[in-house]
Amino acid sequence: MRRAEPLLALAGAAALVGIAYAAPWLRFVLTIALAKGLAVLGILLLLKAGQVSFGHAMYAAVGAYVVAFAAPGMGEALVLLPLATGIAGLLGLVVGLFITRYREIFFSMLNLAISMVLYSMLEKFYAITKGTDGIRVAPVTFAGLSPERESAEWAMFAIALLLAFGFGIVARLYLASPMGQALAGIKTRETRLEFMGVPARHVLLSAYVFSAVMAGAAGAIIAMTTRHVTPLLAYWTTSGELVFIAILGGAGGVLGPFLGAAAYELIRVHAAAAFADLWQLTLGIALLLVILFAPGGLWGVLARLFRRVRA
Amino acid sequence: MTAEITRRHALLAAGFGGVLLPHTLSAQPVAKPAELKVGITTFLSGPASVFGVPGRRAAEWLFDEINRAGGIGGVPVRPFFVDEGPGTEHLVGEFRRLVQSEGVHVMFASISSGSCLACTPLSDELRKTTILWDCGTQRSFEEGPHPFAFRTQGYGTPEVLAPLLYLLKHKPDFRSIAVLNQDYAWGRDSWELWKTAMDALKPGVRVVAEMFPRFNSTDFSTEITRLLALRPDVVLTTSWGGELTTLIRQATERRLLERSLFVMPVGEPSMPALARTMPAGHIIGARGDHWINHPAPRDRAAFDRFIEGYRTRFSEYPIYPVHHMAQAIWALQAAYAKAIEAKSGGWPNDQELANAFRGLTFPTPTASITLREDGQGLEEQIVGLSSFTERFPYAVPEKMIRYPAAEISAPVGQKSTDWLKTLRPGMETRVGAAL
Amino acid sequence: MIDWFHENGLLLGLALLDGLAYAALVFMVAVGLNLVFGVLRILNVAHGSFYAIGAYAAASLSAFIAAQGLPPWAALPALLVAAALVGALLGPPIEALLLRRIYSGEPVIQLLVTFALFMILEDAQKLIWGVQPVSNDGAMRLLGTVDVPFAGDVIPFTAYQLFLLPAVALATLAGLAWFLRRTLTGRVIVAVTTDREAATAMGIDAKRVFLLTFTAGAMLAALGGALASPTTALVPGIGAQTIVLSFAVIATAGLGRIEGAALTALLIGLGRSVAVYFAPELEVVMPYIIMVAVLLVRPQGLFGAAEARRI
Repeated sequence: MRRAEPLLALAGAAALVGIAYAAPWLRFVLTIALAKGLAVLGILLLLKAGQVSFGHAMYAAVGAYVVAFAAPGMGEALVLLPLATGIAGLLGLVVGLFITRYREIFFSMLNLAISMVLYSMLEKFYAITKGTDGIRVAPVTFAGLSPERESAEWAMFAIALLLAFGFGIVARLYLASPMGQALAGIKTRETRLEFMGVPARHVLLSAYVFSAVMAGAAGAIIAMTTRHVTPLLAYWTTSGELVFIAILGGAGGVLGPFLGAAAYELIRVHAAAAFADLWQLTLGIALLLVILFAPGGLWGVLARLFRRVRA
Repeated sequence: MTAEITRRHALLAAGFGGVLLPHTLSAQPVAKPAELKVGITTFLSGPASVFGVPGRRAAEWLFDEINRAGGIGGVPVRPFFVDEGPGTEHLVGEFRRLVQSEGVHVMFASISSGSCLACTPLSDELRKTTILWDCGTQRSFEEGPHPFAFRTQGYGTPEVLAPLLYLLKHKPDFRSIAVLNQDYAWGRDSWELWKTAMDALKPGVRVVAEMFPRFNSTDFSTEITRLLALRPDVVLTTSWGGELTTLIRQATERRLLERSLFVMPVGEPSMPALARTMPAGHIIGARGDHWINHPAPRDRAAFDRFIEGYRTRFSEYPIYPVHHMAQAIWALQAAYAKAIEAKSGGWPNDQELANAFRGLTFPTPTASITLREDGQGLEEQIVGLSSFTERFPYAVPEKMIRYPAAEISAPVGQKSTDWLKTLRPGMETRVGAAL
Repeated sequence: MIDWFHENGLLLGLALLDGLAYAALVFMVAVGLNLVFGVLRILNVAHGSFYAIGAYAAASLSAFIAAQGLPPWAALPALLVAAALVGALLGPPIEALLLRRIYSGEPVIQLLVTFALFMILEDAQKLIWGVQPVSNDGAMRLLGTVDVPFAGDVIPFTAYQLFLLPAVALATLAGLAWFLRRTLTGRVIVAVTTDREAATAMGIDAKRVFLLTFTAGAMLAALGGALASPTTALVPGIGAQTIVLSFAVIATAGLGRIEGAALTALLIGLGRSVAVYFAPELEVVMPYIIMVAVLLVRPQGLFGAAEARRI
């Protein structure tokens, strides 16, 4: 399965492009799904170390607000993206230095607490952030060009897809490196790592910063795609959603998050269309079903199918 | 053979037309659609669903009635509802889905100001007529033109100015005021509008406390203690829904409303829930003129039919979102009638529909509403003092004053805060007529 | 400093009175969450839903009592009855049918199952009680107000908030402490909390203890909601707010500590009201600031014992 991953990734990308071409409104949904997949990929790295962050939406929110604040002055996507990603990564480093001292439930809750502080600040400093109303994001240029709507949508989709590939490859290399391998050590027997001379905190910190960077990139894409940012991006239920997608996709390879995100967005859009006031219930039931009957997530289901086809 | 080719050509053409031709191009001579699709964004989850659900009920009920009477321009109407609850990102995606995939002909956007601010630029991009059916933010039309967006009711500026004028007339000698608003756009903006207008109309009022408890708070005990200790002459709160109900219950229990005069510009929808708990003699507004005890509606029979129709169908009294949804629907009917007439019976395209909305005047049971050239609707405001009658189990206004919309709205092209600064003391004696 | 107290001392006194009632409610919810976490080792996100459902059920029962023409004092016991009913009806099936399947699973899975449950219950509440605010202030009016003298003036407080809520919270604290220390079942629960493996090895029926604890936790949350219902309007979304606050309380207190939850609830309750008087902008972030500050100094929480690291 692992060897088939690059091929599957290409096939998946081709399928996404096909869908985006055939159904224009889905292009938007899929761009968001790819962005969320990026953030979830970060969650997945932490999950490898057995740590659940219930506050990672804050880094996406930081990325998104950086874009919103910077876009009127410097509206170039190719500058905004690295800027947002860098600032989110920097915040991840600062928070990570403190938070990687904690494990399990404390790790989860501290992430939650810090994200709620950010959420409250975005809400409270109305003069700067426009509170819950949020900020409208000015249109951006792509390498100096300002395309009309249709092309701009395609450009955002392409950027999201490229970043998904880029970060996917880096994450794969990272997981295969000694640093990445050590993550699993934190989950099982952390002290052993340290006996072997591997500082567990550094291992976790590297994964934490990497995950913040990816969440920041996700936030930047979301901001440039929806063109409106609100504090809700940092609320704890949004963070919960990211963890939800990680489990839905399955913890296998780096494709899981994107698979999960695409499935999640599609379920949500269709649940919202079919029963507008019961979409939470629908998602909750879907999540329970996956956990109870397909514990490996969608990726696990695919892997089983794949094996059966080969057998 | 020939027949075969023609059929294949037709199929090909239809196929390509559907896939490749953008909607607006293929729509030049527009055929009458099989159904008139209306996308409606409203709160179906979260605290603001106290407005969203009655709004949806009103839409379902009125569209049912319209369809039973033959639809709009002979076309049956089909509403598509979208929940604003999950946030802007979800909403923006759903807006696109409705326009690009479902092919809705018109959008009704949003209760929350945030949602409206996100949807109006989309209406520009997608060139789709969008009716702002309930949100009140003055930013919508003051921060740039939106050629496809129209608001079929009043907005923040008149909705705050009318209660202020009423206060100046009712209690001209007040010297101190405290504000307790929800901490979000409406709470902050409405206070800015009020403060600007108050400083112009009655300079020198002391503001003893500005409190903005978290949006969706459920406990105001601490704020009430502070207000009890400060004893301001007037307490302004533009809060609504569960929060206003909670605030008034907690404040009444602790006799705060005996010490200070309350001004509640969005009081009306909370009155049924408060029932007899609401003390009499405080200033209440309804974001419009559609009070259930309106003493002189334009069309008494239509007004009673509307109120009773909603009441019997849903066993609850209609509150302002019901009226606002109805106004959007009546405006839609009027605009289609106008556009079809202008095209001498032909079905209008998106641009022609938008043209019909500009400057449209449509009747409501209480009065009539005109959409200005910037898209903003002019709706009368009625403010009064809470009181109890035999007819209703909850507080309704007495000593009502009606304020004509044009005199209390910022003129086209002016920002509300700039315009409010130009007001002069004594305006309360010139504007507004007792009912 | 002395000058400041001279000017604001009386206000500070008022703030403390306000904080008490709030702290009492926060405690009721947090203590149940903490009890459940101590025994089941599951952080129950759906705990907030029990709070909301308890509140709604109390309102329905009170309305029923009023409609039956029963004496008004019946509104008080109705709060208890409603909470007990909700706990007994929801607790056992959820524990037996759902949670029991995932005790051996990863923490993230456990967290997500309760998250899914939370989403489902959130919509279920809307189906049952609708979206219009529901209120239930019979009990509060029954007890009337008490005038507290203040700088030559009097400030009316409700007796319900000033006396009843703190009294019930204290009684719950004392009752729980007595139950856990002096009864057999209580000691068994403590044993399982301290060392689950050892306790089960000694022949303790863990299944029964789990079921009992979870039901008790659900009842406590429902009681918190029922007690809160007379002071507030019930609207969709109250569960989500309550649960994040409870998370902050128990993480600050140290996991599994009953008395710790009480003291932390008090700290957070008072902190909040002091903020309303002197720094309103900080009101919302107060609990999280307290939490982060405490965990910086004591990573295991105020009252948590440092856990031995696994080797």
